[in-house]
Amino acid sequence: MKFDIIVIGGGHAGIEAACAAAGMGCAVGLVTMDKKAMGRMSCNPAIGGTAKGHLVREIDALGGKMGLIADRTGIQFRMLNRSKGPAVWSPRCQSDRELYSVEALRIVESVPGITIIDDSAVDIISENNEVRGVITGNLGEIMCSALILSSGTFLNGLMHTGLNSVKGGRFGENASTGITETLLKLGFEAGRLKTGTPPRLKKDTINWDILEEQKGDENPQPFSHFTNAGDFPYLPQMSCYITHTSGKVHKVLEKGFGESPLFTGRIKGTGPRYCPSIEDKVVRFSEKNQHQLFLEPEGLNSDLIYLNGFSTSLPVEIQAEALKMIKGLEEVEMVRPGYAVEYDFFPPHQVDLTLETKLVKGLYFSGQINGTSGYEEAAAQGLIAGINAAAKIKGMPELVLKRSEAYTGVLIDDLVTKSTEEPYRMFTSRAEYRLLLRQDNSDRRLLKYGYEYGLIDKTSFEILEEKNRKVLEGIEFLNKHRIEMKAANVFLEAKGLDLVYNAETTAKLVKRPSVGLRELLSITTNNNQQVNDLISDINVLEQIEIELKYEGYIKRQQELIEKLEKFENSAIPLATDYKSLKSLSTEGREKLSKVKPRSIGQASRISGVTPSDISVLLVYLKT
Amino acid sequence: MNISFHEDTITAPATPPGIGALSIIRLSGPESFRLIDKIFKGKKKLSDADTHTLHYGLITEGSSTIDDVVVSVFRKPNSYTGEDVIEITSHGNPFIQRKILELLIAGGARAAEPGEFTRRAYLNNRIDLAQAEAVADVINSSSQASLRGARNQLDGLLSSKVKTLRDGLVETSSLIELELDFSEEDIILIDKSEIAGKIERIKAEIENLLKSFSFGKILRDGVNIAIAGKPNTGKSSLLNYLLRESRAIVSSIPGTTRDIIREDIIIDGFLFRLFDTAGIRSSVDEIEVEGVLRSRNAVKNADLTVFMYDSSEEFPEDLYRELLEVIDRKKLIIVQNKIDLPHIDGPLTDVKISAKTGEGIEKLLHSIKDRAFVNSNYTEKSIIVTNIRHKDCLVRAQDFLEKANISCRQNLSGEFIAADMRNAVEILSEIIGEITTNDILNNIFKNFCIGK
Repeated sequence: MKFDIIVIGGGHAGIEAACAAAGMGCAVGLVTMDKKAMGRMSCNPAIGGTAKGHLVREIDALGGKMGLIADRTGIQFRMLNRSKGPAVWSPRCQSDRELYSVEALRIVESVPGITIIDDSAVDIISENNEVRGVITGNLGEIMCSALILSSGTFLNGLMHTGLNSVKGGRFGENASTGITETLLKLGFEAGRLKTGTPPRLKKDTINWDILEEQKGDENPQPFSHFTNAGDFPYLPQMSCYITHTSGKVHKVLEKGFGESPLFTGRIKGTGPRYCPSIEDKVVRFSEKNQHQLFLEPEGLNSDLIYLNGFSTSLPVEIQAEALKMIKGLEEVEMVRPGYAVEYDFFPPHQVDLTLETKLVKGLYFSGQINGTSGYEEAAAQGLIAGINAAAKIKGMPELVLKRSEAYTGVLIDDLVTKSTEEPYRMFTSRAEYRLLLRQDNSDRRLLKYGYEYGLIDKTSFEILEEKNRKVLEGIEFLNKHRIEMKAANVFLEAKGLDLVYNAETTAKLVKRPSVGLRELLSITTNNNQQVNDLISDINVLEQIEIELKYEGYIKRQQELIEKLEKFENSAIPLATDYKSLKSLSTEGREKLSKVKPRSIGQASRISGVTPSDISVLLVYLKT
Repeated sequence: MNISFHEDTITAPATPPGIGALSIIRLSGPESFRLIDKIFKGKKKLSDADTHTLHYGLITEGSSTIDDVVVSVFRKPNSYTGEDVIEITSHGNPFIQRKILELLIAGGARAAEPGEFTRRAYLNNRIDLAQAEAVADVINSSSQASLRGARNQLDGLLSSKVKTLRDGLVETSSLIELELDFSEEDIILIDKSEIAGKIERIKAEIENLLKSFSFGKILRDGVNIAIAGKPNTGKSSLLNYLLRESRAIVSSIPGTTRDIIREDIIIDGFLFRLFDTAGIRSSVDEIEVEGVLRSRNAVKNADLTVFMYDSSEEFPEDLYRELLEVIDRKKLIIVQNKIDLPHIDGPLTDVKISAKTGEGIEKLLHSIKDRAFVNSNYTEKSIIVTNIRHKDCLVRAQDFLEKANISCRQNLSGEFIAADMRNAVEILSEIIGEITTNDILNNIFKNFCIGK
């Protein structure tokens, strides 16, 4: 058997990698232990959230699948941060866990060129540091030109509940062994991370009446640019509920600390600081006498409830006892306890910005194997790995997104340049050009790349070009279009804003706080066709409003990008022998050899590399 | 990280710091001519000058003259760096040098990094390939030298101060980020006016640091000291002694006996401008009246007045009282001279010296320095910004903080405030030479219970 590309793992990264590569015309083999578990949500039944929602919108604009699957299986949609500026609006949804997997499998099966292989990979075949294929448990050797590893938490996965440890990558599923060992032999460096999940509760044993309800948005917005607004939302919508722990709960938890795999040192892997277990929160923030918990439905017809905020690896009996102390959970039945899982990862300085490993050609890493956490982070990497693996085979240029054009670019640059010691999660504050990387303009930023690589159809691309044209024209028009003084002042006075002394351009007036472009245009007295056209096109209007309103800030970020562009474009050959550059500082030399940056810009972001090291590099680059 | 491609115009002294007969400041880049023409007054505009020519003229700031200089013009590509290069040869006075650099930077030049001229020379093919290694070594060793230099007391204090300010900004930024990235968390958020207050406090501290730069009255322009006393009390002997000892005569402004004589000397790295005054006393003689007036003004404008009297004479009560009419007692150092001769200790005396043998002069200098610092509210332990690059960074950081402050007061959403805060943090990091973008998140995870 032979494929152009083999993808190991049918999780969020694997799905995107396989679909993108096949979409670009490659023959893809997708190896997964259980195809029913395609796109399984191992942890919370939700997609998106701050910064993660941005990633989903980007994946979608590039032609990925996550947004479409989430739209079709979402049971609650919310736009987070709506009260703040547009750059931090983040879409999020609760998903029907089972339907998500069903839909994911349906989509993967609908992409021509993907063969799903129900098997488990046990070894990698390589020759002279170049990938040749993979050995699976049942089928044996399968050859390929590129191999994408997206194995999630399965590499030597070890699950902990109390002092009980079981090998496995996820509840009820086997771990995968052999791959780590082969990679170590090939010269890779491995590390160990930890993540955790909370207990699942039985829905009808919860006293819902006394809990605070959290509803979805009244006008839910889909993730995908290609979801038809008329069909959306596809499923009935559900609510989440909020409760809190208390001192009594914490007391019970404390009884189990002696048997905590976390506190007794059984868990060696590093866990995420932004997603600590409840026992961690109780210890580290002992001054807080309560912690907020969300009760999230696992699906329309599921009788399971996910207790967000209560991730734990304490002994089962302690978990059960503590739960009953929580308001609304007095009679609760715990269907499945929470647990922690430790797994192997490969510190991501070992991959290049294309996600191809620096050590073995044709081998790509994506998802948790690179030290990230989260479905969205995984999917974004899977997509980039899939596109690059296929591009290499097809002789197309590689796709490396810049920090200034996508969160996906920030994600991969951070991983490769700074590596990571804890599971990496995306935050909006990681993006220095946050004001430009908005969820609302993901199509304007990235759709062109999706089109270039054949993952976005021509019609969609032309629609985008039309939108871009309208936005530019609209901005030009509104910079000239004046609103009469009288009309403007009636409007401004009603809002309690300073009045104007002359007719003023719309572009200027819309910069005032609390002035919306739509309402501003609707006070124009004369019936102007161009104004009417603008008002009727919500998507174009939104872009124009943001660009005009925040023009100063946006300009400042763009100037910064331009200033630094030369650094980003100044390439450093991968083969640079830093050991021979004697003038580098010792630490700089060591870090540069490790990371092998692509550009001067990337080199300058490596911690420990000094400005004088950069000067030395600039000098050597000239030779 | 503050590294630049060779497109902006850079400046730095090309001669080692310290006192020499002459010193050279180099300016290189596309703006060189525009910048020099702003401050140079000569026979013609230098932008019209031919390459490889010398020009005599004055460096001026507004209506005042900083120094008379000779400027060398090198047009690209036939210069050291391959760019338009201007070299300003001035008198070897660090204060003049600093002033010229300040004027150039105010005009838009950037303080060059260690080795940057050489790097540009290399990048513009002015140095051949074989010299690559040597160039790199120069860059590295000079930056290490500047690192060592940064460890001196003044700079050490400054960088720990800047670090504290930066940490304060990081902390404030994390309060802003908290409500952006963790809005779903159960965390009490603080409001914008409180954030604005925090920004303003940090701004005020930076403002103080910036003010310390203008404390150049001591560090840059020197301490003005009037020497007063009756004729023949030894004022000239003291001056001569100091001039001999310092061996650093910078300039001498000659005058008639009734004029004021000014001598600039440098002791322990501080510039002292000594004004020898005619005796202050009422006079009917017309020429003398003129001299007396000038003397009174000199005393009035001085940072300190050294009031000398002769051991062998009575303490000049009348003159003393006259001085007190013009200045505060705190600005007066009373010196009893000629203690090498038999004498009785006079009243009110601060220091006893012999301008002839040098006895007590060490003490006098010490007391001058002490008083100068005390009067300016700075002590030798104060954090003082002396480096022009540091000042440049502080000004830029202040600029961004003001923008952040405005956004705050307009109650704009946090990401707009954060954008300018981030720039300010990065600029402060340039001073202390470290940067990690994870600072803000680390701070959040450390101080707030995050994690649904």
